Amino acid sequence: MSTTPSTASPASPAIRNRSAVAMAGRIRDLALLPALIVLIVVGALVSPAFLTQANITTILTSCAALAMVVLAESLIIITGKFDLSLESTAGFAPAIGALIVLPVASNGFGLELPTIVGLLVVLAIGAIIGFINGFLIVRLQLNAFIVTLAMLIILRGMLVGATKGRTLFDLPDAFYALMIVTFLGIPLAVWLAALAFLIAGIVLKYHRLGRALYAIGGNPEAARAAGIRVERVIWGVYILGGVLAAVGGLFITGYVGAISANQGNGMIFTVFAAAVIGGISLDGGKGTMFGALTGVLLLGVVQNLLTLAQVPSFWIQAIYGTIILGALMVARLTSGAPQT
Amino acid sequence: MTELPSGAAPPIVEAIGISKRYGPTIALADARLTVLPGESHALVGRNGAGKSTLVGILTGLRASDTGEVRFSGEPAPLISDREGWRQRVACVYQHSTIIPDLTVAENLFINRQPTERGFISWSTLRRKARELLDRWNVAVPEDMRAGDLRVEARQLVEIARALSYGARFIILDEPTAQLDGEEIKRLFVRIRELQAAGVTFLFISHHLQEVYEICQTVTVLRDARHIVTAPVADLPKDRLIEAMTGENVHLGVADAAGRVRDENAPVALTVEKLAGDDFADVSFTIRRGEVVGLSGSTSSGRVGVAEAIAGLGRFSAGAVRIGDKPLPSGDVPAALALGVGCVPKSRHKEGLVLSMPIADNTMMTVSHKLGPFGFIPPAKRSTLAHEAIRSLGVVTQGPDQLVSGLSGGNQQKVVMGRALANAPSVLVLMDPTAGVDVKSKEALLGVVERMRQEGKAILVVSSEVEDLRTCDRVLVMRHGSIVAEHKAGWTDNALVASIEGIEAQ
Repeated sequence: MSTTPSTASPASPAIRNRSAVAMAGRIRDLALLPALIVLIVVGALVSPAFLTQANITTILTSCAALAMVVLAESLIIITGKFDLSLESTAGFAPAIGALIVLPVASNGFGLELPTIVGLLVVLAIGAIIGFINGFLIVRLQLNAFIVTLAMLIILRGMLVGATKGRTLFDLPDAFYALMIVTFLGIPLAVWLAALAFLIAGIVLKYHRLGRALYAIGGNPEAARAAGIRVERVIWGVYILGGVLAAVGGLFITGYVGAISANQGNGMIFTVFAAAVIGGISLDGGKGTMFGALTGVLLLGVVQNLLTLAQVPSFWIQAIYGTIILGALMVARLTSGAPQT
Repeated sequence: MTELPSGAAPPIVEAIGISKRYGPTIALADARLTVLPGESHALVGRNGAGKSTLVGILTGLRASDTGEVRFSGEPAPLISDREGWRQRVACVYQHSTIIPDLTVAENLFINRQPTERGFISWSTLRRKARELLDRWNVAVPEDMRAGDLRVEARQLVEIARALSYGARFIILDEPTAQLDGEEIKRLFVRIRELQAAGVTFLFISHHLQEVYEICQTVTVLRDARHIVTAPVADLPKDRLIEAMTGENVHLGVADAAGRVRDENAPVALTVEKLAGDDFADVSFTIRRGEVVGLSGSTSSGRVGVAEAIAGLGRFSAGAVRIGDKPLPSGDVPAALALGVGCVPKSRHKEGLVLSMPIADNTMMTVSHKLGPFGFIPPAKRSTLAHEAIRSLGVVTQGPDQLVSGLSGGNQQKVVMGRALANAPSVLVLMDPTAGVDVKSKEALLGVVERMRQEGKAILVVSSEVEDLRTCDRVLVMRHGSIVAEHKAGWTDNALVASIEGIEAQ
């Protein structure tokens, strides 16, 4: 109860060193950089193509969708909750948006609504899924893990049902625009993901809402006693998470050039891996957007390297998993803090 | 150095020349402790004096850098030999080490359940648990869910478990912190009985009165060093406090008796016929610049009333008005907006986010009005945090230090800072000095006095005589309603008797 060594005696003013405290916090954010640098050096040695501008653009493009969903999941985890259903949202939302736009001949519903309506519906579906998750978790106080697991299965089933298992081609160009339109040679999707991370990072650090997420994740009772509307904020984060995942889904659609019935399938494991390697604590209340972003980039670089190194595709999964474990250990060693 | 006159029993525990450093911080420097068998020995010191570190070393949870620990004259077991330590010493912490969802019986024999042919024999387990509880006279059903035990019964179960390992030396870490008067009395009776049965206790407490009540010998630590060990009879209270603080002081808290107050100051808080889960028909008012105590035993409903005023709890009937504005039920943001500041009952539960820095914790109540559109400008954050740290005297490395790294007294100051950040007109302070050392207590009560002079209306909800001394009047609750009012100038005995419900009438 009483003695905390670091403040044990007023007789040690030498430790009144604020930069040391600040550094300790920053080291956890930077824990992944050594691993990332090692991978980049290895990549440069393995393949001369690795450090070319084209390849870097490829890496960034390929992880834009993952980045959006990791961003959504990180916000939810920091608030002390879970959302497994984000991967289904990333598949379901764009598919419904496409189905109401496409004619029957292209496997659509035949409503043939304007494209802009379809795109708005994509975002709205994400928000509605988040709203329902929030309702079940916040209002009915059901367990977040199981609620979103059930939601994952439901949405996966509804996607297969709505598309009858078929892949949707011939979408309006607007569905691919985020990947096709480029700025400075880099697709809009990448810029959008970067912007989203930047805004999230600033809000988390400098806005009361961001600080409220940490407070709720750290101790919801104390947050409530300090006047934070805990339920409302959690609910809002679920809705925001749903919208971000839907945007991530649009990225996938643009990247692939179609919507298959299993779009997003299995993605959630990678999402959690990226967030945790990036220092987002599964206990809630800890982690930064910078950390999460390094987690995403690390996984993106690994994927790219495995492809460049011409690893047989049958083995890619096994190696990918091993590298995730390795990255976790490196992050644990460099930060010195236990991961939770 | 352990040469003893022949015939005398060796000390049950003896720690000599113990030093321990954590990086640049010296937690213990050449500390020593000798506890004789059969005595109850008090270990006192301010927060940060090194008590917890010493307890950690005595229980084998951490190794000391220098020095040695001996049990009954034998060297202590190796740190890795948990079983060996468990047979010699046990500590009952403030935080329960009981697993709430298992039965009492299973908790007693956790990880050493009696087996038959490799399977756990539940009947034997229950029988052995019953035998153990009966042997030490612990009146708790062995098949009860451990989480349903009262704090006091839980402590006795933990003591019985320690005794069953063979330990006859038990460390009690603030055993009375969560108990009310009646429960403390019962616990002390049991401690005396166990002492008579040959159990030795090391008793850690912030309540010096309890030290005099239950202990024969006291050891004082200060700034990581051993200061004195003496029979309690030879160390009167002022000398004990002097040994703890290193200064010749008595608790420098402003006593409300003899204070001149403006009787016509405007009313800041009106509570009218307030009713809720565990209180009913509670009415009182507090004027600006007035400090009112709300006391009573733990189950008297005082916390319910306080939480209703702070918006933390709901009320079902009656009204609370801040100035002349009515307060909605159970709405913290509304209470904050009306100018109610609150130190909640438990700093760990509702008071602090331990994983966040001091700055964020103190600013949590006002974060919406620090900058444009809810943004918190770093410069302003830093200024405000430094201001709070300075005015409350928080001992810290800076505003970015995580609250989890602060001592109890300093954590409580941060909670106080959070309550004051909103510049409230009404302050509700629940057990504002619970579990903090003498110096911090003085600092915290000093803040109360300063806030009173600034003209805030203050409600101190506590059963601590020292907290209540600063109040102009003390309302005493029992079974959910106010039963007595004591104007400043009461005697300790009269007030305590009133709180405990034993006043002569």
